[in-house]
Order: sequence, then C-alpha cells, then structure tokens
Amino acid sequence: RPEPNRKSLEGAESPYCPATFHNLQELRHSASLANKVFIQRDYSEGTTCRFQTKFPSELDSRIERTLFEDTVKTLNNYYAEAEKIGGQSYLEGCLACTTAYIIFLCMETRYEKVLKKIGRYIQEQNEKIYAPRGLLITDPIERGMRVIEISIYEDRASSGSSSGSSSTSGTSAR
Amino acid sequence: MNNCEYQQIDPQALSTPIPTPTLPQPTVVVEKEKREKARKKWEVFPGKNRFYCDGRIIVAGQSGVLPLTIGLILVTTGLFFVFDCPFLVKHLTVFIPAIGGVLFVFVVISLLQTSFTDPGILPRATPDEAADIERQIDSSGSSSYRPPPRTKEVMINQQVVKLKYCFTCKMFRPPRTSHCSLCDNCVERFDHHCPWVGNCVGKRNYRFFYTFIVSLSFLTAFIFGCVATHLALRAQGGRGLMFALQESPASAVELVICFFSVWSILGLSGFHTYLVASNLTTNEDIKGSWSGKSGAEDTVNPYSYNTIITNCCSVLCGPMPPSLIDRRGFVPVEASSQTSATEMELPMLPVKKETNVVGGPALSQLPPHAFQCAQGTKDLLGSASRSPCPTTGKPQPVAAADPAVTFNPALISDPAAMPSLTCGGRHHSHTTSPPDEPRHHHHHHNRHHRTRSRRGRGSKRPALHISNPAYNASLSPPSSPGPRPSHTGARDPRRDSIVALH
Repeated sequence: RPEPNRKSLEGAESPYCPATFHNLQELRHSASLANKVFIQRDYSEGTTCRFQTKFPSELDSRIERTLFEDTVKTLNNYYAEAEKIGGQSYLEGCLACTTAYIIFLCMETRYEKVLKKIGRYIQEQNEKIYAPRGLLITDPIERGMRVIEISIYEDRASSGSSSGSSSTSGTSAR
Repeated sequence: MNNCEYQQIDPQALSTPIPTPTLPQPTVVVEKEKREKARKKWEVFPGKNRFYCDGRIIVAGQSGVLPLTIGLILVTTGLFFVFDCPFLVKHLTVFIPAIGGVLFVFVVISLLQTSFTDPGILPRATPDEAADIERQIDSSGSSSYRPPPRTKEVMINQQVVKLKYCFTCKMFRPPRTSHCSLCDNCVERFDHHCPWVGNCVGKRNYRFFYTFIVSLSFLTAFIFGCVATHLALRAQGGRGLMFALQESPASAVELVICFFSVWSILGLSGFHTYLVASNLTTNEDIKGSWSGKSGAEDTVNPYSYNTIITNCCSVLCGPMPPSLIDRRGFVPVEASSQTSATEMELPMLPVKKETNVVGGPALSQLPPHAFQCAQGTKDLLGSASRSPCPTTGKPQPVAAADPAVTFNPALISDPAAMPSLTCGGRHHSHTTSPPDEPRHHHHHHNRHHRTRSRRGRGSKRPALHISNPAYNASLSPPSSPGPRPSHTGARDPRRDSIVALH
C-alpha cells in the first residue's frame, strides 16, 4: 500500500507557506481553517463540466500559479473524457436502451469510472502538493460539480500575520 | 447583503435536529464517543422529495397521478391479455401476445425508472459557497429586504446567456437549470415536471421518459389495432358490431381508453422527438428562449450540434451523469467514526453496488495513522464547510426573509410581470395540480397550449407550498434580528466555534 512519501513531501516544502505542513497529519493537528476559495465553472463551451483556470488572488502567496493551473486543467481533461460523446458512449447508450436501461444496475458506467479516477487524483494532489502548503482541495462532486473548493489553512502557532508576509510573489525557484 | 448564515431545512428534519459539530476548539480529533446514530443525507435533504429503501428510491413530493397512470396501463394491458389474446392467438398468430408483452415490459420499466430516478437535482450551496457568491455580487449595501434580481451573463458558444440566481438554493443556476417549485429543487437541464410520472424530467431521466412515451404510444396503438381487429373478426359474417361487443365487453373498455390516449400520447411523442432532434427542452421551447420569440435578436440555440443525428445521440445515448445528491452518504459529523466514511452511491435503482469515490479507496491504502488523519481532515473540512465563514459576520437584516414575495413561481402566470427571479413560473403554471382534473387525458402538449390562454388571470393560490424557510437559528449571526419566522431558540454551538476560530 502506498504510504505518503515523507521525503517527497518535505522536498515540496515551498517558500510560500511560512508554516510548512509535511503531511495531512500535521495539517490536522496544527492548522485552523482560515478561508475558502471557490473556483467556479466555465460555461463558455456549453454545459459540459469545466472549471475556470483563472488563478484566484487569495492563493497568490500560497502556491505557484503553474501548479494550480495544472491541477485544474487535468481535472478539466478528466471531466471532458467522462462526458465525451463518441463511439464508446453511443455503444453504451444503445446497449442500455435495448435492455430497457436495466444494464445500469449491473454495470458501472464510464462516467463513474472516471469519477473514481478523479477522486484518486485529487487525493494524490492533496497529499503531494496542496497539504504541504496548507491547502486542501475538495472533490467537486461533493459540491454538486459546481465549484472546486480550496480550503486555506493557517498554522495556529503563527497567529495573525500569516500567509505571505515574508514571502514574495511567486517564482518557481526550486 | 445577504448573509450566509440562514439555511433552509426540511421541516421533517427539525424534529430530530441535525447533529451539530461539538468542537470546542478547531482541532478535530476523531473521537469514537458515544455512538449517536449517524444520519444519512437523504434524511436531511432540504427539498420536498421523499425517499424509500434507505435512500435508494427517490420520488417527488407529490406523486401526482402516477397511481392512475400505472393503473390505466395495468388494467388495459391486463384486459387485453385476458380477453383479446386468446381469440387472436386462435385466429391470427401467437406473436401478438409476445409483442404486447415486450412492449408492456418496456413501458413499465421505463415508467418506474422515470419516476424513481433522480432527475438531476443540484444540491444547494453550502453556507460558505453562498457567502462567497454574495461577496462577488456587487453589493452596494442595500438595506431593503428585497435584494435586486440577480443575473449573470455568460457567453456560451458565442451566444449570450443569462444565468439567474436561485434564492432557495443560494447559487447561480447553471445554464438550462431550472428550479421546480413542486419539488423545491434546482434540476439540471430541466424539461418539465410531469404529474403523470410524478417526478421532474431532467438531465438524468429524460431518456427514460422518452423511452416511456415512445413505447407507450406503440403499446397503445398496438392494443387499439388488435382490439379493433378482434371486434372486426367477431363481427364478421353479418353478425354486427353490437353482437361482437356483447360477446367481449372488455374490448369496449380497452377501445375507449386507447382511443382517447393514443392521440395525446402520439402527439407528445412527436413533440418530444422534435425537442430531441433540436436539443431543446420543453422549458426552453415554451419560453421561446432560442426562437427569437422573446424579442431578442438573432438567437440560436447554443447547445445544439446542428445535426439531427448528433443531437439525438447526445441527448439519448450520451453518457449517464451521476447523481449529485449523495443520498446514502452520511451527514458529516465531527464524531463520525471511521466506519461511516462518506460513501458515494451513484445509483438510480435499488440493488446497486456502492462505489466509494473520494477518499474511499484512497483512504484504505494509507497506513492507519494516516487514515485517521485523512479522515480527520475530511471531518475538519466537513465541519468547516458547515460553519459560517469567518470573514463575514456583518449582521444584516435577513434580506431574503420573505421569499414568498421574492420568489413565488406559483403565483406568476404572467412572466413579464416578474423580474428575472424565477424561471419556474411557466413550467409550474402548466402543471396545475392533477387531482383537480382527474379525467383529463390532455397531456403536456395540450396542456401548455391551455396555459397560454390562461395567462391572463393569475392563479391566486397562496405561496405557502413554496419552500417555507425555517431558518436555522444556530447558523445565524447573533445580532441579526430580521423578520424571520419564529424559530426555535436553539442553542448556538457554532458561535462557540466562531469565537474559537478567531
């Protein structure tokens, strides 16, 4: 069973977060919820599920822009894959229609499979990238696929003047 | 400016209050304290739906005339098999009951699926989310109780689309989403609320509905034809129709039922085939959103793929989206033990294997201490999502305290009079309560024509059946008076948590 790799997490210690959380456990023990950022849906291509890749200002001092955009773009790709209408989805749909949709009881649809992949991906991103920076991503499915909710935690020890007081705006100097 | 603290809860959930997080300090410890029974989410669902089989089956608040529909279908088909089939098998072919049987099975299965499937209900916004939206809306600090109608414009495929704010669900409705007042939910790709199946028809069950009406029209036409053949064969030899009817009176009943049903159902099927081919919903068609009727300039349907085949395939054979209301998951409680890890069930019907999405399989892969903390983080997250935003807190009069004024689709039959608060006005006006008209075989196709003529008078039905918000006092800011309905003087553990958070 894959254990959270401490080495990789420590290596991801970033200059952004004054309180570095090495894993979710530290997050739990010493963090308090400071704020939440909501990434809204992007409807420019219709009703398919896409999220805006605009970088929110509250995260400016917490995480590099590229990392954030990568995460959102990957999620968008996953959702596009789930909702893609093409050969396989037609086959699934027609087969279901001929069996009066009873087949949905027995089979896991492609959408559900992709949702599981997304869940694992988010978990992995949280462990590796976001938790060390004091952030936590909530799977959009738990918010009705309307938003990506990112919770910002602060180290309780560093009360008051936290996030970004000493760090400058982001460079990926690593 | 609206505050995020009020929350509408299902009156049934009031009797057994939602377990509130009992954290004196923000650090969450996964305690296995006294085992209060963790409640499932369907038990605290804020809409008007009802749930059976531990959340597996969902029906709308009012079952409409679903029993009548089922009864008619069963009676007619039963009479057909008992009284007509023996004669026809003897004189014609054995395939007649076979075909009838297949059609009947299709009809019943698709009817049950339409009625008992989640049509695409959108869960309401969490308090934090609602507060965030409030912040983004331009608030000039208006102190009136009635917030201005809120709309947001987005560009979809180079077409400007207006998104409306739903005061009940506290969010901007995604495109093609509409709030059904009968069910008190926002439903994605809302088509209409069908009293005959007793449920809304939306994104997730439109294909079942379409299969239902198409197979029902085939079944009705088939029975009609067979019964007519039966009577004609009996009346052969100069014996006359009356003689045939006397010999087989059940056929007369079937004939009458089928004759009246076949026209309306065939009409409805044709109408929906047109909608499918042009990728429209009944709601949009009635309101004329894309046909330029509403006076806008050259508007095109931005969702259409511009070919009939692609439209049909995408609507009927597209991927099946999951249910967004996690009915059988557990309400996140601070004291929830590890066994009640949030499960995600994506079912429509009973007997569906449970699929654990977020956290489920991943949690089991972590070592035990990490599992605890991952779970704890989820609980922290869950509790944090239920506590009010630390950054708001300006006491404001509860602006939307009177949704009966601001949002009452039932009263509105003239949509022009209503600001863009509701898009449910029309669909509701064409689904008047079915028990008032039990014998009408007018289906929606005819029904919406009738409501157009009815637009002049307003229906005076009181708006009581609309979500009567019972504000959760424990979520409200301490100093906010507001004309709230006198709620219970519930204690306010969240105040402690607010204090502690700061």
